[in-house]
Amino acid sequence: MKKRLIVVGHGMVGHHFVCQAITLGLTEQYQITVLSAEPRPAYDRVQLTRYFDTLNAQDLNLVDTDIYSEKNIQLLLNTPVTAIDREQKQVHTEQDIFDFDILILATGSYPFVPNVPGHQDPRCFVYRTIEDLDAIIAAAKTSQVGVVVGGGLLGLEAAKALTTLGLNTHVVEFAPQLMAVQIDAQGGDLLRKKIEALNVKVHTQKNTQCIEPGIEHPLRMKFGEDQFLEADLIVFSAGIRPQDQLAKTCGLTLGERGGIRINDYCQTSDPTIYAIGECALWQNRIFGLVAPGYQMATIAAQHLSGVENKKFEGADMSTKLKLMGVDVGSIGDAHGRAPDSQHIFYQNPQKGIYKKLVTSVDGKQLLGAVLIGDTTDYSNLLQLYLNNMTLPEEPEGLILPSLSGKNNALGVAALPDTAQICSCYNVNKATLCSAVREGAHSLTDIKNCTSASTGCGGCTQLVKDIMQHELKQLGITVNNHLCSHFSYTRQELYHLIRVEELKTFDQVIAQHGRGLGCDICKPTVASILASCWNDYILKTEHAGLQDSNDYFLGNIQKDGSYSVVPRVPGGEITPDKLIVLGEVAKQFNLYTKITGGQRVDLFGARVEQLPAIWRMLVDAGFETGHAYGKAVRTVKSCVGSTWCRYGVDDSVGLAIEVENRYKGLRSPHKIKMAVSGCTRECAEAQSKDVGVIATEHGWNLYVCGNGGMRPRHADLLASDLDKETLIRYVDRFLMFYIRTADRLQRTSVWLEKLEGGLDYLRKVIIDDSLGLAAQLETEMANIIGTYQCEWKTTIEDPIRLKRFTHFVNSKRSDDNIVFVQERQQIRPATQTEKAQLSSLEV
Amino acid sequence: MQYLCQLDDIVPNTGVCALYKDKQIAVFRLADNRIFALDNYDPFSQANVLSRGILGDLDNQVVVASPIHKQHFNLESGQCLEDEKIKLTSYAVIIKEGAVYL
Repeated sequence: MKKRLIVVGHGMVGHHFVCQAITLGLTEQYQITVLSAEPRPAYDRVQLTRYFDTLNAQDLNLVDTDIYSEKNIQLLLNTPVTAIDREQKQVHTEQDIFDFDILILATGSYPFVPNVPGHQDPRCFVYRTIEDLDAIIAAAKTSQVGVVVGGGLLGLEAAKALTTLGLNTHVVEFAPQLMAVQIDAQGGDLLRKKIEALNVKVHTQKNTQCIEPGIEHPLRMKFGEDQFLEADLIVFSAGIRPQDQLAKTCGLTLGERGGIRINDYCQTSDPTIYAIGECALWQNRIFGLVAPGYQMATIAAQHLSGVENKKFEGADMSTKLKLMGVDVGSIGDAHGRAPDSQHIFYQNPQKGIYKKLVTSVDGKQLLGAVLIGDTTDYSNLLQLYLNNMTLPEEPEGLILPSLSGKNNALGVAALPDTAQICSCYNVNKATLCSAVREGAHSLTDIKNCTSASTGCGGCTQLVKDIMQHELKQLGITVNNHLCSHFSYTRQELYHLIRVEELKTFDQVIAQHGRGLGCDICKPTVASILASCWNDYILKTEHAGLQDSNDYFLGNIQKDGSYSVVPRVPGGEITPDKLIVLGEVAKQFNLYTKITGGQRVDLFGARVEQLPAIWRMLVDAGFETGHAYGKAVRTVKSCVGSTWCRYGVDDSVGLAIEVENRYKGLRSPHKIKMAVSGCTRECAEAQSKDVGVIATEHGWNLYVCGNGGMRPRHADLLASDLDKETLIRYVDRFLMFYIRTADRLQRTSVWLEKLEGGLDYLRKVIIDDSLGLAAQLETEMANIIGTYQCEWKTTIEDPIRLKRFTHFVNSKRSDDNIVFVQERQQIRPATQTEKAQLSSLEV
Repeated sequence: MQYLCQLDDIVPNTGVCALYKDKQIAVFRLADNRIFALDNYDPFSQANVLSRGILGDLDNQVVVASPIHKQHFNLESGQCLEDEKIKLTSYAVIIKEGAVYL
């Protein structure tokens, strides 16, 4: 028969113990029963304040009850233990008696409420459980003023909660400063200022003598002679006390000031009874954080299973958190209490930043630190502290803002193997590195196999850095697979599609991928198919691959309406055509704007209006501008030698020819071009993917320029070309880019990543070093030869036109697309305007 | 049970938007003719656009990606993969003799 193991308490630590017991296979030897006084399974008390965001207790839940039942673990809620009988080895509840061989006490702690007369008033609360929060929320509905007693970590959390509930909030603290345990007086001052700026009134050095009925509010807290504060509700958050009553009555040894005494294996004075978490007292210390509680749970479970004999060695109480939007960090001896310790300060009142380092007398070891307003140095400092590492010559560099752009942080390589990286799950650097060596090459894998960074998440960046460093050490290049469906880069996939003549996504994924595909690989494959075979993109077999833009041949806008951009090659347009654009815009009430690419954008078209709009445009001789596609967009031009007194050659003529040649070409990203008629460069060709500038002797060809987010001046690929050669080079250049670039990689980034850079590109394009030139030109000729205006094709095809309705079963329009007038044109209504308009209609 | 449209009205691997008692419902059809229905309203962009998203699978869940900012929603449950707090309503769909009913 299995032995019986009983866990008393199902908080975070009790639950963690059960998880460890399952992992270590203790369920094979023990029948586990969990007795909990609370009405719900374990939940994340660290994130308790998040409950105010959703009011959904399920969001905080930690327990997968399926696993409990799978392992035959009994979880009894609403079942408080009333007594422990050590002689009989039995646990009593109100209804039952349970036998045990091993007992785990995970009873946690209770909020300390100072014994102030009047504290039993029903308008006084504590801040520990979801039930407490529900009670506070209910009381807040009829309250204006709320007071939190206690200016520590939890007290400030509670204050945040009260402000969220819309209360006029006060914090009352006995000590002269906030967070007196974790930070020094100066840091406390700054924290106070920051919190007061958020409209929370802070009262320090206040000792509440009694709570009486008030005059303006139901409660009055009296601090001393004539000093008082009135409130509608009071939340006590003045620290915790171990829940040790059961242990006391059954005769286990307690500490002088409470807490169940445990040894290094978490055993109490009775070796068959363990205590873990906030109820346990180790070397006269209570640990009120979750990470040490988890460590105790793990150590107790390991001790029971006999697999390891790890000892509890205490825990670091350093913390980093965001309190009401204020970053606060505290490491080690934050107050500098060690004799002869040296202090280094950095203070920036303008930015609200305060940092302090506490070092050993010789300045070589970090003993503690305080960070207020900026905790970016926290991880770095914590590692220096925990691993007792030697500080740099000038330790002030560790907290000074890096003016030179130099990073003062130590690299992950400097960390010793024993460095604890994830304190929630006690994972050190060596464990992470060996996980990487055993095949965990992504953050998800690392999380799954080590649990690192699945707790508070504070170590995520460090875990990532260590993983990347280790991968580099192993000579593994980080995989640049397209997505989870294809273990190929875009370039490899392009090659496969081209060589094997694959014509549909279904073929590609069946032969080279897995699963259904996703919004990354589908448009990528659609683009490659279009670059290779230039099929009509709305064919049934391609339809589901297209981004909404391509699917409706328009640019989707924030409200779900579309914009329409007809092609205007070279930016040259007849007055008649310009009038048509105006007429279309007027007839369909569209917003019009001139684009940077020398054409006109018409906004605010509903999906069901698109065919009629395009019918008018096509009838007037317009073609689609492919503004919706990852494709050749525009060829901008200056007016050139025809009119301009400085012009050297006909830039407009060439721009029109180039635009008509490459229009509709689909590519890894959009492609923009320009032609300037002289070196004054009015068409800004050197900021384009392909730029051409007229010279006295022909044309200069520039490539891989970019405007936008990351501007890049284009490089001169070749000079003084005649037009035929120029076109040939552009053909080769574009096809080579399409063949080798990554998904959504503009030519500028592509060139920067291209091994050999511009020289290599010149060799391929001009000297034909790869022997590819003829092939590239043929491929381009095929694309040009199969061009069609997608809108012309679409409006003549009744089957395709069917999709241009908002509802499949109604002729109605989307009533959520609403416009208002601004500067004589329409614009989308804001949410507020929509609400106002709809209330007018009713 | 309300008739929405014919199965053939939905191109495989795409979605359509159907009007159901004044509500906008996005109805999706996978290549294997599995049909799913979710709210058409994208809570991130506050626009009625989800029927126009790309379908696929991620982490063994069938999903649609919002065409505006690419958040993914589980087609079966409506759960958003990027934000556990966001969940769309999902609807049961019945196919009978080539017609789609909600």
